[in-house]
Amino acid sequence: MLKGLLKLSWIEMKIFLREPMGVVGSLVLPVLLFVFVGRALRLSPRGVENPMARLPFNIAILTALLISLGAVQSLVAIMAIYREGGILKRLRATPLSPVAILGAHVLVKLAFTLVAMMVMILAGRRVLPGAMPVSGTSFIVAVLIGTTSILSLGFVMASLVRSARFAQALGAALTYVMLALSGVFFSVERFPRWLQVVANALPTTHAVTLMRAIWAGAPWVTQLLTMGALALIFGVCIGFSSRWFRWE
Amino acid sequence: MTAVSVQSGTDAGYICTMPLPVVTVRALSKRYGRTVAIADVSLDVYEGEIFGLIGPNGAGKTTTMECIQGSRRTDGGSITVLGLDPRRDATALRRRIGVQHQEAQLQKRIKVWEALDLWASLYDRQRVVDSDLLLERLGLAAKRDARFMNLSGGQKQRLFIALALVHQPELVFLDELTTGLDPQARRAIWELVRDIRARGSTVFLTTHLMEEAERLCDRVAIIEHGRVIEMGTPLELVARHCPQRRVFYSTDEEGGERLHELRGEGDDFVTDVIHRIAQDGARVRGFRTEVPTLEDVFLKLTGHAIRD
Repeated sequence: MLKGLLKLSWIEMKIFLREPMGVVGSLVLPVLLFVFVGRALRLSPRGVENPMARLPFNIAILTALLISLGAVQSLVAIMAIYREGGILKRLRATPLSPVAILGAHVLVKLAFTLVAMMVMILAGRRVLPGAMPVSGTSFIVAVLIGTTSILSLGFVMASLVRSARFAQALGAALTYVMLALSGVFFSVERFPRWLQVVANALPTTHAVTLMRAIWAGAPWVTQLLTMGALALIFGVCIGFSSRWFRWE
Repeated sequence: MTAVSVQSGTDAGYICTMPLPVVTVRALSKRYGRTVAIADVSLDVYEGEIFGLIGPNGAGKTTTMECIQGSRRTDGGSITVLGLDPRRDATALRRRIGVQHQEAQLQKRIKVWEALDLWASLYDRQRVVDSDLLLERLGLAAKRDARFMNLSGGQKQRLFIALALVHQPELVFLDELTTGLDPQARRAIWELVRDIRARGSTVFLTTHLMEEAERLCDRVAIIEHGRVIEMGTPLELVARHCPQRRVFYSTDEEGGERLHELRGEGDDFVTDVIHRIAQDGARVRGFRTEVPTLEDVFLKLTGHAIRD
């Protein structure tokens, strides 16, 4: 069934590219934001050696997170629309396995995240030389690992909501919550205890921790705990979805 | 001396012409919460026929069909499809059946050829037909590069038929295939369904259109409130429940035109009337017969019209 999985992924990629607004919103805008904020800082009259240091947060990590959350929102919306239109049901009536039907969308989202991250790293090297991480590859891998875990939460959302309209609203709302609690803007340690618990239950928080560490050049071995947390959330979300996901 | 005894075979010359059942359903039941969707449905579908499950919306047609396809869990009874248990052997069954769902959609921006290409990749390569020939056969060749969202209702349905036929399935399920189509598109689709049968597949369809059932189906089962209330060929059902025929004709008489109306039963009734008119030597101006249809059968059996 690998052939079917790859064929479906390839077609879904082409379909995604045919919808210009989706591409702009989830790929182009975050990278543009990154480039313009980066440039604005760099061209400031006072001049700074490390433009990243002027912001209370790392704009590259924020951008990576926005790309990743854009992928999740898009996934939730697609699942709801496909369910409403009977597309999932129709695919389910073929010999293609359920894992392949949904896995194709994960592959597509990861592929576009990869492309967006590569564009961001390359643009960053031009606009912000010296401010980018030593290993762009490691950083991208960290982003992809984080995104996979966040996508699994997307399937939980897709399992819970019925209508496409509600799915998009819920996806957006949860995105803001995850963004606020992720630790990109504020340190999670300063949250009240209960909010720390909430933040730690969300994959975004661990994704940011991982990205930040890899950005700073930390070796992968030091991040096993964080990756374990991401894997645990992934497992729980997939387990939940495989029980509650509705095909129609 | 050698005695030769020759024994002629007793049953050797007997050839069973009865077609094989492709679908066997016995005492099938299904509830949604407290609502009984289908109760005690039993039916057989034979190889090479177009079988129609007919009844009003909400009667349980789609639920029955989906239980047979294995995409819905049943609450009771047994189902065998192509010798398989649709739930237990779901994947094996999906390789051998073709499916079209009611009011289904595809990805808005998928192109016709991409959809066929994808579906073709999901089945055994030996069984998959050439998709360009298939598009030709379904009158979609000119739409090969069109996006799904730009197809008309009839074209969408023809594409769904194409997807259901891409792997030459032994059994094809068509759920409310022509609902929402104009009469011309509907007739074109009927031709395609007859063509599926001509190529050796069995067709299981649902419809709430009595004309469609009458024109298309070899056998029908009428379903009402989740129960099969009657089964047979359309002609059998009409003969069994509405045998009455009516003949209207007008003749030239001295005082002008005279109208006649005759009622009777049986297949010979109309012929008898014609003979009688011929014997009388009357000059006939107009002649019309009224033969009951499945619609009348449905009305008689349920007490209401199917569109209610």
